Amino acid sequence: MKTLQQIGLGIFLTGLAVFVSLLFVGSYKLTPAQFEEVIQSKGIQSEVFLSEFNNQIVGKSFSNSHAFSAALISALDKANATHKKEREWSKVIWSKPNSFAYDIIKSTEAGVVAKNKALFWWLTFGLGILGALLFILPNVVLLGPPGIKNNGIWHSKATNRGWIGWMTFLFLVGFYILLYFYPNYIVNWVYLVDPISLKLSGNLASQWFLYGFLYCVVMTVMAVRMYIKYRNNKYQTLRTTSVLFFQIVFAFLIPEILVRFERPWYDFKNAFPLDYDFFFSWNLKQLIAEGGFGLFILVWGIVLTLVVVPVMVYFFGKRWYCSWVCGCGGLAETLGDPYRHLSNKSLGAWKLERWMVHGVLVFALVITGFTLYSYFSGASSVIGIKTQSLQDTYGFLIGSVFAGVIGTGFYPIFGNRVWCRFGCPLAAYLGIVQRFKSRFRITTNGGQCISCGNCSTYCEQGIDVRAYAQKGENIVRSSCVGCGICSAICPRGVLKLENGPEKGRINPTEILLGNDVDLVQLLNKK
Amino acid sequence: MQKKISPKSIVILGNGISGITAARHIRKHSEYQITVVSEEHPYFFSRTALMYVYMGHLKFEHTQPYEKHFWKKNKIDLKQGRVETIDTKNKILQFSDGEALGYDSLILATGSKPNRFGWKGQDAQGVLGLYHKQDLESLEKFAPDNQACRRAVIVGGGLIGIELAEMLHSRHIPVTFLVRETSFWNGVLPEGESELINREIREKGIDLRLNTNLKEIKTDENGQVRSIVTEEECEEILCTVVGLTTGVSPNISYLKGSDITTNRGILVNRYLETNLPDIYAIGDCAEQQEPVGQRRPVEAVWYTGRMMGETVAQTICGNRTAYQPGPWFNSAKFFDIEYQTYGWVWAKPKENEARFYWEYTSGKKCIHLNFDTKSRMFIGINTFGIRLRHAFFDRVLQEGETVDYVLEHFADANFDPEFYPQHDEEIINQFNREQGAQLQRKKRSWKRIFSIPSQSL
Ligand SMILES: Cc1cc2nc3c(=O)[nH]c(=O)nc-3n(C[C@H](O)[C@H](O)[C@H](O)COP(=O)(O)OP(=O)(O)OC[C@H]3O[C@@H](n4cnc5c(N)ncnc54)[C@H](O)[C@@H]3O)c2cc1C
Ligand code: SF4
Ligand code: SF4
Repeated sequence: MKTLQQIGLGIFLTGLAVFVSLLFVGSYKLTPAQFEEVIQSKGIQSEVFLSEFNNQIVGKSFSNSHAFSAALISALDKANATHKKEREWSKVIWSKPNSFAYDIIKSTEAGVVAKNKALFWWLTFGLGILGALLFILPNVVLLGPPGIKNNGIWHSKATNRGWIGWMTFLFLVGFYILLYFYPNYIVNWVYLVDPISLKLSGNLASQWFLYGFLYCVVMTVMAVRMYIKYRNNKYQTLRTTSVLFFQIVFAFLIPEILVRFERPWYDFKNAFPLDYDFFFSWNLKQLIAEGGFGLFILVWGIVLTLVVVPVMVYFFGKRWYCSWVCGCGGLAETLGDPYRHLSNKSLGAWKLERWMVHGVLVFALVITGFTLYSYFSGASSVIGIKTQSLQDTYGFLIGSVFAGVIGTGFYPIFGNRVWCRFGCPLAAYLGIVQRFKSRFRITTNGGQCISCGNCSTYCEQGIDVRAYAQKGENIVRSSCVGCGICSAICPRGVLKLENGPEKGRINPTEILLGNDVDLVQLLNKK
Repeated sequence: MQKKISPKSIVILGNGISGITAARHIRKHSEYQITVVSEEHPYFFSRTALMYVYMGHLKFEHTQPYEKHFWKKNKIDLKQGRVETIDTKNKILQFSDGEALGYDSLILATGSKPNRFGWKGQDAQGVLGLYHKQDLESLEKFAPDNQACRRAVIVGGGLIGIELAEMLHSRHIPVTFLVRETSFWNGVLPEGESELINREIREKGIDLRLNTNLKEIKTDENGQVRSIVTEEECEEILCTVVGLTTGVSPNISYLKGSDITTNRGILVNRYLETNLPDIYAIGDCAEQQEPVGQRRPVEAVWYTGRMMGETVAQTICGNRTAYQPGPWFNSAKFFDIEYQTYGWVWAKPKENEARFYWEYTSGKKCIHLNFDTKSRMFIGINTFGIRLRHAFFDRVLQEGETVDYVLEHFADANFDPEFYPQHDEEIINQFNREQGAQLQRKKRSWKRIFSIPSQSL
């Protein structure tokens, strides 16, 4: 079994190595015919660009995407510099340089990967999945019978911020930076999933399709790991199935199929303000232009946030979303599970969390306010601030850097819910409802706590669960995502996630159950 | 006493659960000066969690329930050091390094020490116990993995012994487990439960030897453990580590020669007062002159230490309060099987008692109810692999409900995580069959569950 695991690890690492090496291979060449097409589709009017392009790029071959995009971007920069100086605004190419380069490179369909998409899919995704499963499945036997399976977590270099953790961190952060900011370097990766995208939506893949596909694959493989690790706990297995279902069907398949039927790409479970650009004017315009179906989405989006979300939180706590439905939560609970204990439990972190998460919520509401004002009034700026630049700032800082680079990239260092805890505006909203108007609580089982600290350590949200449990108090915290892990791993059966009457939900205690009846009543009733 | 210039100085000797609970509660109710003295570690940590550090579930810092600033904020002074003697006349503690510390009131909360029975070789390299933080360091030294430690022998089949077995097992170290009794922990557990745990131990690949005593520990030329010999078969078992987990007794050696009265532990009355004024004893080290109800005079568990801490704090702060714990409860975990108990289920039924035992087909879950034959009053329950609600049992025990009531409302009592398979139907059917009863299962009611008097506010 152990050997099988080692073979699996070897295969996985081979797949990963091929995947990474794709960043550096390929030969790119733009034929004159393709050149014509680019000019057409991009509507380029700059003669400077054309001549640069003709001289430096067309017909030449580049040995990797870096060199190719460097040439493209320098041509673009040169052209734009000239036109800006000459104030020839119509000739300036306004696209973001990296995206511009990405589009052109992607369209060349050049290089060994583009010509052997299926083969390379198997060498990367195929080997990765096979290797990971071979690594994970033997645990059915190796971990022994069902139970709490946290042996060696703080000894392993992968999960105790050791060197493997740091390498994983570098890889993840690098991946997100490339994905968000340098798509032009990962064209080969996108080629890999072109065939799948064609089947689904009828279009070639974009880097976002790649991301969505990879997301589903990673979640599925890591969900297998969850099933094995937590097979003693039905709550965990059901919850894992649920997030997996919502990710694959709602976040991935349905939107792609909508596109196939020439409908707007929409994820029906992604609630505003997590879906921060829902009210951006381009989206509103698109939805309204769409007619009945667009309008349906518009109404659904509003009802989801204003009615469905709070009502469900009232009955079940925010867990119904964060741990059963949400995609970010889904990744955190599958890929992120091995890192959950790395969250910071200090009082300081709790303070920071409250400032940050509510700050982001306010930020999201402010830009939405600006956006709607601009949309209805037609003004491009409000009180001197450009709506567009505000939106861009949010998109960059919160949407990309926080949610992606930090949120996921930092899993191996800060734990798996950094985004959900410190950054997600929807979580802040759900949390306020959960704290003040909900039937959900984690009940503490009277006086049974032995203060061992497992619950606090494994709380991904950094809640000091033990601080409540050892006082016999129920846990009612806005940030609790109801993952149920504290309950699953408590060795004394002290914690139970429950929905019940609001009365007595918060029960500050002075003396724990089990002591002198009169004393308990005297002091706790004060 | 009262004439002294305030604030009164309270010194607590021992920073375990009992000492720290006392300190916290005294702080809640007073402005007294509080100093907690301990030798083992400057900060309170959870002894019960030591195993998880070795197993890699936690780091040692995670076993500390309070952040460092907590002590400053609550003005609880911490002092690390070993108290050698107590000068009760002048109210002064003498430390091993020559320092001294005066007190107005003294709370002794010095816990237990592991038993040693004078076996040959018991001081050899590689013989260790599991009580103190330092024992973890020995474990890391002698049993870091199964290369350094080819086999370990554990002597003593109690709660700590089985924890040690689980720990070593987590690092794939082969374990032989010597248990004196005919079945694991059967001085406390009835036959069914004890047998269930025997199976669990064996299923984990532990070499469980029942009816087996240790004769001696043999060493090599370096004074390192080489093997042990059993009493009965005179069998020699090669091993490099021996874990001695043959129970604990109150840690009171520093009181030798003092005028504080001791027996096995420090003798206290119901108010946790020793024979000398202003000196109290709580937790593992205290011994009740008159046991409370059916409880033992020395109660060496976490919960009782905590309750004594809560109680003594009341007395210190002017509200003289007797130690009067409610119904007994306890819990533990045997490898993958959780155990809880409420009320009393003795290993052997008493004369007036009837029993009901149900075991799930998996052989990993069971419950055992104890009730009065005549009045049918519920006396206690053991539960393995099913979590039960403390508040429910606290109430039924106090209100003297019948076994029939308990079984009919078993759904209310369940504390397993959501979506777990429920067994109340099977349980009640078996009970009806065996007892010729006609109990009807009641559906779970949140209203009932959350209206439990001692919990609702
Ligand atoms: C491995 C293990 C697992 C356990 N698991 C459970 C469990 O699951 N459930 C349960 O209910 N109970 C459990 N127990 C028992 C429980 O931990 C004890 O009952 C409890 O810790 C006793 O607390 P205490 O405060 O009385 O003493 P202790 O925790 O023993 O604290 C006493 C302190 O006093 C200090 N001290 C003693 N003498 C001196 C001196 N002369 N000078 C200075 N300092 C001194 C010691 O250094 C020590 O730190 C377990 C015990 C062990 C060892
Ligand atoms: S609630 Fe459970 S896991 Fe948390 S400290 Fe208490 S006993 Fe340990
Ligand atoms: S408190 Fe428990 S259920 Fe809530 S987030 Fe933390 S571990 Fe999950």
